[in-house]
Amino acid sequence: MVAQNIFFYVIAAVMAFSAIRVVTVKNVVHAAMYLVLVLAGVAAQYVLLASEFLAATQVLIYIGAIVVLVLFGVMLTRAKLGEDVNLTNDYWYVGAFTGVILFVLLATSLLDHFGDEPLDQANASTQISGNTEQVADALFAPYLVPFQAVSVLLLAALVGAIALARKD
Amino acid sequence: MDDLMLNQFLLLSAILFSTGVYGVLAKRNAVIVLMSIELILNAVNINLVAFGAHNGTIAGSVFALFVIAVAAAEVGVGLAMVLVIYRNRKSVDLDEVAQMKG
Repeated sequence: MVAQNIFFYVIAAVMAFSAIRVVTVKNVVHAAMYLVLVLAGVAAQYVLLASEFLAATQVLIYIGAIVVLVLFGVMLTRAKLGEDVNLTNDYWYVGAFTGVILFVLLATSLLDHFGDEPLDQANASTQISGNTEQVADALFAPYLVPFQAVSVLLLAALVGAIALARKD
Repeated sequence: MDDLMLNQFLLLSAILFSTGVYGVLAKRNAVIVLMSIELILNAVNINLVAFGAHNGTIAGSVFALFVIAVAAAEVGVGLAMVLVIYRNRKSVDLDEVAQMKG
């Protein structure tokens, strides 16, 4: 359990640092690389939460597909590959104010409400043998209709993206 | 204090969420705004999975999967829109896309 805590805090520190770098770094490609660190950290947290199927999905879809798509977007929009011009708008302090207020609000209310509730390890240890089977059972029985709706959504997004981006 | 706490995950997710909100509000480059939206969606996913583990139900993981699928659709369409904006104005600066301003 202590090892889990150590891993959590190390990964969480890397994630928080990288997340802040994503929105502060002056180079768009570097921002995408820091985003990869955050997403890998999220995958590691899923492993700590005993959701290994979700961790694999996170690596495949986010790091494998979405980051590559974002990098394509960076290249196709020809953002300068060195130090970019000012990436932050004139009202950045409003955003910073909102972010800080939001975090303080969330943190105080979370600490107030969930104080020191342990993550239920009894349930997690029953899943430790692997929750892929449970995910499949849930996905294809009670959540079958939303699953099909998501399939249609992905198809619609595919068609929409092609219709928007093609040249004519 | 040796066990993993629910709050650890919720606070980490709050950090990611606030950072993403700052990025959406403060950045001029449309691609970085899309990355910040990914940060926000990942914060939501951590919350869903943590609460799922807390309550001993698999629903959290399933909804996180749905969120990942919606995020994939969102970033696909979003980048297509960014490309159209770039093609029309040779710039992805969101401050210049201000026709709706009164």
